[in-house]
Amino acid sequence: MSDKIKTGDGGIILTNAEDLMNWARLSSLWPMGFGLACCAIEMMAAYASNYDLERFGILPRPSPRQSDVMIVAGTVTFKMADRIRRLYEQMPEPRYVISMGSCSNCGGPYWEHGYHVVKGVDRIIPVDVYVPGCPPRPEALIGGFMKLQEKIKGEHPLAPALFLEMEAKETVSA
Amino acid sequence: MTFQEISELVSTNFSDKIIETDLKGPQPILIVPVNDIAEICGFLYRDSRLYFDYLGCLTAIDNGAAVGTMEVIYNLTSIPYGHDLMIKTVFARNTEGAALPTVPSVASIWRTADWHEREAYDLAGIHFEGHPDLRRILLPEDWEGHPLRKDYSVQDRYHGIYVRYEDGVSEQLPANEDRA
Repeated sequence: MSDKIKTGDGGIILTNAEDLMNWARLSSLWPMGFGLACCAIEMMAAYASNYDLERFGILPRPSPRQSDVMIVAGTVTFKMADRIRRLYEQMPEPRYVISMGSCSNCGGPYWEHGYHVVKGVDRIIPVDVYVPGCPPRPEALIGGFMKLQEKIKGEHPLAPALFLEMEAKETVSA
Repeated sequence: MTFQEISELVSTNFSDKIIETDLKGPQPILIVPVNDIAEICGFLYRDSRLYFDYLGCLTAIDNGAAVGTMEVIYNLTSIPYGHDLMIKTVFARNTEGAALPTVPSVASIWRTADWHEREAYDLAGIHFEGHPDLRRILLPEDWEGHPLRKDYSVQDRYHGIYVRYEDGVSEQLPANEDRA
């Protein structure tokens, strides 16, 4: 017999594999460590000790192969667009994209006369969360991450795609 | 040394060339013919009384098709003497489809001019004769046109992405294409 005192408080957690897996994934979102313009300064401030993104399990990784999230922090130029697309393709699935700031959301102040700016990073890669601002404060970026965590919470990574398809069809017909 | 003294020194040394001055603005300008710019800059650099050893900036201006001229402006400083000079050259603008206007390069005198001339070539479309490596410096190599030209109109797409905001999202590219 164990010498442990039995208080009856916890000790066992009942959950299902899907919830556990989603919880693990959303608690260790590793963004790719790169920035493009002034938004990157706010992103770095969010990583640093005042806002401390690491308390959410968010720490930048130096390689796309080890990253879950890409934070597009700044102005996306046409010269950079090919590189961003390639980096996104190098990330393993499941992968997410946070578009940070007006420039990467829609071209920002360059929307009319910026011949060199891609008018929104969603023209080259799919975006999950848009964070508005010019630049967004670190609180806004943290808000963006929380939105992404909500999205991951509702995902079904273990369910076979065919099953999800059938289920979707049934709800439509019913 | 004042601007008056510098311009007199240059005029006496190049008495056969048309050298003008523009004193209207806050900073006086020495205007020299386009073909003699490298020769005059060489003199400004080498002469022991002037010794302009520092090229602060090299800029290009397009005055538009109506005026039909372009300009290249050089801002020089002599660090030991502490005097400055703005020197400028005005030349004809090329018509559409014709070869780019040519200006002698000063990159052999000041290394600063290397990248500045590449920028002027990239954005304004000026060919610098004698430049060691005249490529685009800011825009991607396969970009079309020179954006700081007055009559510049942006290309429709770049690598499949629509350039203008109002054109919206481009068509989906094939999934297996190597796009980078």
